[in-house]
Amino acid sequence: MLNYTIRRLMFTVPVLLFISFIIFLLLDLAPNDPTGNLPMTIPPEVRQQIRESLGLDQPIWVRYLLWCKQFFINEPLNIIEQWFGIQIGDGDRLRVRSWATRSPVVDLIVERMPQTLWVVGMSYVVGIIIAIPIGVISAYRQYSWFDQAGTFISMVGFSVPTFFTGVLMIVVFSVWLGWFPSIYDTTLVVEDWSSFVQQVRQMAMPVFVLALFNAAQISRFMRASMLDNLNQDYVRTARAKGLKEKTVLLVHVLRNSLIPVVTVIALNVPQVFGGAIITEQVFKVNGLGQLLIIGIQGADIPLVQTLTFIFAVLIVLFNLIADILYGILDPRIRYD
Amino acid sequence: MKYRSILMAAALAMAAAPAAQAGRGDAGNLNIIYWQAASILNPYLSGGTKDIDASALILEPLARYDENGNMVPWLVEEIPTVANGGVSEDLTTITWKIKPGIKWSDGTELTADDVVFTANYCMAPDGGCQGLAAFADVAKVEALDPLTVKITFDKPKPFPYGPFVGATTPIIQRAQFENCVGARAPECTEQNFNPIGTGPFRVVEFRANDVITMEANPNFRDPDKPHFATLTFKGGGDAAAAARAVLETGEFDYAWNLQIDPAILSQMAQGGKGTVISAFGTAVERLMVNLTNPDPALGEKRSTLEGGPHPFLTDPAVRRALSLAIDRNLLAEVGYGAAGQATCNVVPAPAIYVSTANDECLVQDIAKANAILDEAGWMPGPDGIRQKDGVRLSILYQTSTNAVRQDTQALIKQWWSEIGVETELKNIDAAVFFGGDQSSPDTFQKFYADIEMYTNLFDGTDPETYMKSWTCEEIPSPANNWLGSNMPRYCNPEYDALWAKLAATGPLEERAEIVKQLNDMLMQDGAMIPLIHRGRVSAHANSLTGIKLNTWDSEMWNVADWDRQ
Repeated sequence: MLNYTIRRLMFTVPVLLFISFIIFLLLDLAPNDPTGNLPMTIPPEVRQQIRESLGLDQPIWVRYLLWCKQFFINEPLNIIEQWFGIQIGDGDRLRVRSWATRSPVVDLIVERMPQTLWVVGMSYVVGIIIAIPIGVISAYRQYSWFDQAGTFISMVGFSVPTFFTGVLMIVVFSVWLGWFPSIYDTTLVVEDWSSFVQQVRQMAMPVFVLALFNAAQISRFMRASMLDNLNQDYVRTARAKGLKEKTVLLVHVLRNSLIPVVTVIALNVPQVFGGAIITEQVFKVNGLGQLLIIGIQGADIPLVQTLTFIFAVLIVLFNLIADILYGILDPRIRYD
Repeated sequence: MKYRSILMAAALAMAAAPAAQAGRGDAGNLNIIYWQAASILNPYLSGGTKDIDASALILEPLARYDENGNMVPWLVEEIPTVANGGVSEDLTTITWKIKPGIKWSDGTELTADDVVFTANYCMAPDGGCQGLAAFADVAKVEALDPLTVKITFDKPKPFPYGPFVGATTPIIQRAQFENCVGARAPECTEQNFNPIGTGPFRVVEFRANDVITMEANPNFRDPDKPHFATLTFKGGGDAAAAARAVLETGEFDYAWNLQIDPAILSQMAQGGKGTVISAFGTAVERLMVNLTNPDPALGEKRSTLEGGPHPFLTDPAVRRALSLAIDRNLLAEVGYGAAGQATCNVVPAPAIYVSTANDECLVQDIAKANAILDEAGWMPGPDGIRQKDGVRLSILYQTSTNAVRQDTQALIKQWWSEIGVETELKNIDAAVFFGGDQSSPDTFQKFYADIEMYTNLFDGTDPETYMKSWTCEEIPSPANNWLGSNMPRYCNPEYDALWAKLAATGPLEERAEIVKQLNDMLMQDGAMIPLIHRGRVSAHANSLTGIKLNTWDSEMWNVADWDRQ
């Protein structure tokens, strides 16, 4: 297992370098311009000077190598300096800077991470907590009214896009009923009971919208996996041995059914970090998804490049984790 | 006794309340939402209006424009003119006198050195300063004494109010930005996020691309202002959501640039929580007419003067017919509501510059348009499309992707089909269309189409630089990397000569007369077909007072006067 993990990790290095180059190429080929949002009164010569000051007049391979140096060498050095409070070299090195804010991209990401982890992460946890019981009961009582209702709700959750459910919820709960705020206040600090209630109120709608979507997906996997196992010989054996139905279901069937579901859950974790672009935009949660969309709209190439690359790293990493988890949970799977 | 004293206290408190309204910071928190989030608070490095408006809460120029487009002294005693000796007789220098006693938010004095530094900061090479256009022809900026600044120009400037007037060129503090000049400008994150200003507010916390928290500037020159103690400047989302937050849920007090379907906006306004406001500046949505040939067969010479004239748009009859066939009032009603008026001029404001010579186009007249084409010899072919000498009236009509623009395109296509003109519609993502990517064939500068539509405007109230856009040297071509703003490729020596005369004329009345003539030339030669005079639309909560929507300056120009009822 250890050999396998090391082999896989070694292989990810060229894969990630290749991905970073492809992202860079795609962004460069996309017709977009960081001065595109400036007021029309700014003359073209000034725009050209702005582009030159951003380094856009350099050839593409120079810009790519510069980004690689900044991202793979300068930024890690900087993080080490900050963590250990030491100084390496003269400390004056070029960092990956966003074109729109002119500040280091990594600082922007660090500032956004908590909101994304709270809102999107919470919705993932809530989604899982809802999905697993629904999946288990739906499978155990297949074709009952509960199963039919569960199927219907998960189909709705799966097929209705979040930009629709999100706006619908805002209209109902913010405009008509006035229960929840429609705009997420990112400056709110939770320090006492009332600010905690406020935080819960403003998280309620985005978390619910995303949880519905996540639960829909996971509950279907759970149900299918349970159904596969319920008809297995070992279940019949367990019942024949006279075990209680509860033990059969929750110990024998559920544990085995969870194996593929855990893999699916692990594979989807990068989404939590990636943020929910649409939902964050609808509720004005300033997470990573919103940062990405603003970067794309403003042609902030260093920001978009760095964010998408970090997502790529997470996806590659969690694929590996899912594979390893599978091996640990299921003794029949061996990689060596 | 006790009851009475409580009553007395209550009565006193009631009586004191209105008086307290005049004090600084007693109106609580002001919530502003911009659906484009501010990325930086240094307007010289900004990427759009959102950043300029956010920084206008903190940084101030020497003079501003008020809501009627008049210049008002802001940090100075008076507006320098030739009459009061502030502008030299030969029009090459302007001398500003700063009001004494103005302090930065850190408590230090504003001096002429700061103004000189600001000019040098923007004009430094490699700085990528976006306000550079305001410093055109500036030879040097010097401090005569701690409160006097003299700007010298390379040549006579009849309108010397470019630098330090209006929202785009406010004064930044020398002590703060001293080490941030030129190529170092972008590295000063701390300074760019937390500028020290003379304005009514100062930054408490800046979260890039998200939200800015501000508080009243304790050193602001008016001890009773601003009325708000704190201010939240939230960004993100979309225009409809911003409108909803002010008009329907009441979470925010002010929302900017609500360019959404007028029917939806007026429906939201019925919620009774807020008011939609609009004001008109110089923005005109217009059709640019390509006077050169965009035929793909020409290759590199496409849409350039070398490629030769356009096969049919150079015919004045065709351009006049195209303009007459459009019902501008309907376009304004459908797409813009309160924020649009029909116009036949490219200079729609200020009032002294507005010509009335072109008002024929205000009323749609399809029959007349048909008659003009008949007379010019363009006869309907077998497919109903007019043609002459083998040239068909078939138009490729491009614009940026935007719901209102696509509605306008569809309506105009319909009207043109009624006069026997075939139209093919194309829309291009705004970032591409307005972006200057040299490798993209779809930019508005390259203009690989017959007609293109967008809005243009000028800053402040003086159209001199704007009118220069249609001189021969401004034509975009491969030779100048497509940099230029003369999209119609209009080249008329008479126009160029008249523009040169404008640049050398001082008195306002004479300048206005020349601008009218320039405008009429462009209209009658058919370089452009103006459609809609566009206004700004914003919304504010009903409880907010003192708002004067200003299209000549930043919308935040008088935020110190804003108050809550």
